[in-house]
Amino acid sequence: MFASLLPTCRSLWLALPLAVGLAAPAFAETITVTIEKLTFQPAEVKAKVGDTIQWVNKDVLAHSATARDKSFDVIQPPKKTVSQTLTRAGSFDYYCKYHPNMKGRLTVAP
Amino acid sequence: MLLRWNAAAIAAACMMGCATLAQAAGSAPTDPQIAHIAYTAGALDVAVARQALKKTRSKAVKAFANDMVRDHEAVNKQALALVKKLKVTPEDNDTSRALTKQIKDEQAKLAKLKGKAFDKAYIDHEVAFHKTVNGALTSTLIPSAQNAELKSFLETGLKIFQGHEQHAEHVAADLK
Repeated sequence: MFASLLPTCRSLWLALPLAVGLAAPAFAETITVTIEKLTFQPAEVKAKVGDTIQWVNKDVLAHSATARDKSFDVIQPPKKTVSQTLTRAGSFDYYCKYHPNMKGRLTVAP
Repeated sequence: MLLRWNAAAIAAACMMGCATLAQAAGSAPTDPQIAHIAYTAGALDVAVARQALKKTRSKAVKAFANDMVRDHEAVNKQALALVKKLKVTPEDNDTSRALTKQIKDEQAKLAKLKGKAFDKAYIDHEVAFHKTVNGALTSTLIPSAQNAELKSFLETGLKIFQGHEQHAEHVAADLK
């Protein structure tokens, strides 16, 4: 019983200084949003501060994920993958500034 | 099919104020003709964008024109790769010729304008041109396309150009 708790405790002690030091959750995730044929997939993403969005652009066109409130503007060149680390909590409606008919929503928990 | 093509061409002609497009319509366009029309429309939009890049001083208009050059060149590059793969030889036709004439006339008109008047005329033209092309894609070119890959390519093209239409509308609103 005691022995099985030990690894959990140890990882907690390891995680704690990391979380304090980076001011980010210890278990940050990478979430992939694929852009294909002018669609963000998935169009709705829930994440938390510290997570990374990996934008995979499969189109031959440049796209962008531009927040309506201007809090981010990520350019995704054709056939490239771009990473964006989430630093701000909030609910962001975004669109492609080159093709405004492309839309998505990113909800970032603190 | 015949009726649909005629109606679409007439609608497009009305929007563009170009009577020749209606005369161009006789029957549903073939895949080689569709490929030619799609490519021509893209190349013409690039030509007008290059004219705008030389004339405009507006940052927003310049950015828009650059986006048009980049997107339409990328799409046309893909179009060429596709027709090569499908062994389709694009075939010149009355619709392509009417489009070309309409754009040459538009360019002559734009050449006489300067400053804000030019910017407004160029962006208004872009809104109207994309509307016309999108109308033709929806009502005629996509339904008439026989090859599935060509059809799918045109469908993606439609989404891109609908994006351009909205983008142009945003720029037009900002110019006011």
